[in-house]
Amino acid sequence: MNFPQIVQYGLSGITVGSIYAIVAVGFNIIYSTTGIINFAQGEFLIVGAMTAISLHQILPLWLAITLAVIVTTILGGLMEVVFIRPVRNASVLRLIIITIGLSILIREAMLHVWDEQPRYLPYFTGTESSTVGVFGAYISPQVLWVLGTSAVIVAGLTLFFRFTPTGRAMRACADDRMAACLCGINDRWMVTLSFMLSAGIGALAGCVISPVTLTQYDMGAPLAIKGFTVAILGGLGNSMAAVVAGLLLGLLEAFVVSQFASAYKEVVAIVVLLLILVFRPTGLFVRRDIGALRAA
Amino acid sequence: MTPLRRYWPVAAIALAVIVLQAALSVTDATYYMTQVTMSAYYALVVIGLCLLMGYAGQVSLGHAGFFAIGGYTVAYMTTVNLLAYRDVPLVHWLQSLHLVVQWQNLYGAEVLSFSPWPAFIAALLLTGLIALLIGVPVIRLKGHYLAMATLGFGLIIYRIVLGTKSLGQADGISNVPPFHLLPWLEVNGRAPFRIQNYYIAWATVLLAMVLAINLVHSRVGRALRSIHQNEEAAHSLGVNTYRYKLAIFVLSALFAAVGGALMTHYNGSIGPSEATVMKSVRYVAIVAIGGMANLWGAMIMAILLNFLSLRGVFGTFDDAVFGAILIAIMLFAPQGLLRMPKWHAVASVWRKGTFYFFARKLPDTAGESEKSRMSPFSRGGPHG
Repeated sequence: MNFPQIVQYGLSGITVGSIYAIVAVGFNIIYSTTGIINFAQGEFLIVGAMTAISLHQILPLWLAITLAVIVTTILGGLMEVVFIRPVRNASVLRLIIITIGLSILIREAMLHVWDEQPRYLPYFTGTESSTVGVFGAYISPQVLWVLGTSAVIVAGLTLFFRFTPTGRAMRACADDRMAACLCGINDRWMVTLSFMLSAGIGALAGCVISPVTLTQYDMGAPLAIKGFTVAILGGLGNSMAAVVAGLLLGLLEAFVVSQFASAYKEVVAIVVLLLILVFRPTGLFVRRDIGALRAA
Repeated sequence: MTPLRRYWPVAAIALAVIVLQAALSVTDATYYMTQVTMSAYYALVVIGLCLLMGYAGQVSLGHAGFFAIGGYTVAYMTTVNLLAYRDVPLVHWLQSLHLVVQWQNLYGAEVLSFSPWPAFIAALLLTGLIALLIGVPVIRLKGHYLAMATLGFGLIIYRIVLGTKSLGQADGISNVPPFHLLPWLEVNGRAPFRIQNYYIAWATVLLAMVLAINLVHSRVGRALRSIHQNEEAAHSLGVNTYRYKLAIFVLSALFAAVGGALMTHYNGSIGPSEATVMKSVRYVAIVAIGGMANLWGAMIMAILLNFLSLRGVFGTFDDAVFGAILIAIMLFAPQGLLRMPKWHAVASVWRKGTFYFFARKLPDTAGESEKSRMSPFSRGGPHG
């Protein structure tokens, strides 16, 4: 492999990797406020993209995407209020099964609304044939959009959690719910907000990636698996590490595709998932002894 | 519980099976038996999963994978053509033991392949081995981690089946010969064998039920329930929780493999659709509807729902129906449909929900048994 090729594969790896990272961040937001893994996380991306594609037929692109993000955010909030809130004290098994059921329902609803055809948003700038040269490699300007959006999402979330009162309240809830409650934080609203937030960023990620990977009703589950792999790789609840882990997984996949048949691309993430679950379930970036303490 | 009381449902079901057969034969509607037979093979998976989920308290989202391993192993071994190797001493020797037989397929071509019994045993051995290899690391995990790990396992099996040329890729394997259990008894999907196969399938299911019931009421069953109730307490009382969970995991994988192998012989083919995640989720849904730790409920629901699904009653909403059922059961009747709570309790879930919406403080939920098991705030890390 020569240098431009390495750059080419590397960039395509970083592009998908940053989307995995956003899915993983979505997982983490919900996990840290509720302790559940939302199996319907991947569906948020597809709902967002599909809604934007439909709205774009009558509205300008930016407005369609904005509305799609809002619609998906509301969907995420509704999901929590209707299905998770009534059984909040239930066992983890019960909650997992509910989110699995939700992901199936959303997927099947999308199948009936948008059929099984792959659809796509137009390229934000230029067309599918326009390229930008980077170190001898040629990439689509959409890749820059994806990377830029991911960076903005991550930076925005960091600022939100660090400096806004709502963000700090959410972190307080994640740390110690009882104490947060005693300080006058409405913890129930924080849980709903976490679902809305992760639905919203999911929808945005789904929109920016749509021109590159196309969007199909059943693409949510594979995205969720990869997002989960990334979330575990970085350590559940650790959003910054998830970004690094996402880029790692994306790069790994890209180079596996460059060397082996692309049929094995899907297997890479799952093998990584199984290995990490077996050997380091607390994630790559946590020292083993600290992880053990945390997990206890 | 006296043994008699324990087994009367077996007799009741056996009677119902005979009555159903008579009714279908009289009304000349024996074609329904095909779907009942297939549902019965799916029920085997569900019975195994019920032991794992309901009694050992471990979720598996990869049981379609075990079904597929069983099915694909017998399909491959009974259709692979060894004619080119007929002079190899090993093949020759196997042939003299009747473990390898020569037969003609549908197109009249000569095929030299393994006979169904060794293929069946090999399928069970392979499934057991894979379940053990997967189970040793995975069964230590809990909650989400276990769910995702088994889901990952199921996905890998699906990808392997879909990507391997010798397993037929997207087409699967067809032309699988019938399985002669005994000289006069064969697993065969053709119309003349309908009634015979209806009874073979039911006999297998009832046998599995008796096995499962015995297990549940044995020392093992009590140990499993203690694990489900409180793993730490069970552990401190000297129950080797890990070994019991692993054993049940392997056993339930074997149940699934038996279902897969027999179904493959019955249909004469198997395809990658049997290995999808949706199939695994469907098994979980059925166990949930049956009531988790309720073997009879799970079995009856497995027959009923698979039958309706195979008849195409749900149309294009097939998967959606199972998703909706899953949510509804988990919200309103976590004890299963056959042990529905009283209606005021159902209403109270929503009342409590709306109450939560407006009220800040948690109402006292003492008496809710699940509360002690997992508080919503505890993290439930990978190993504890």
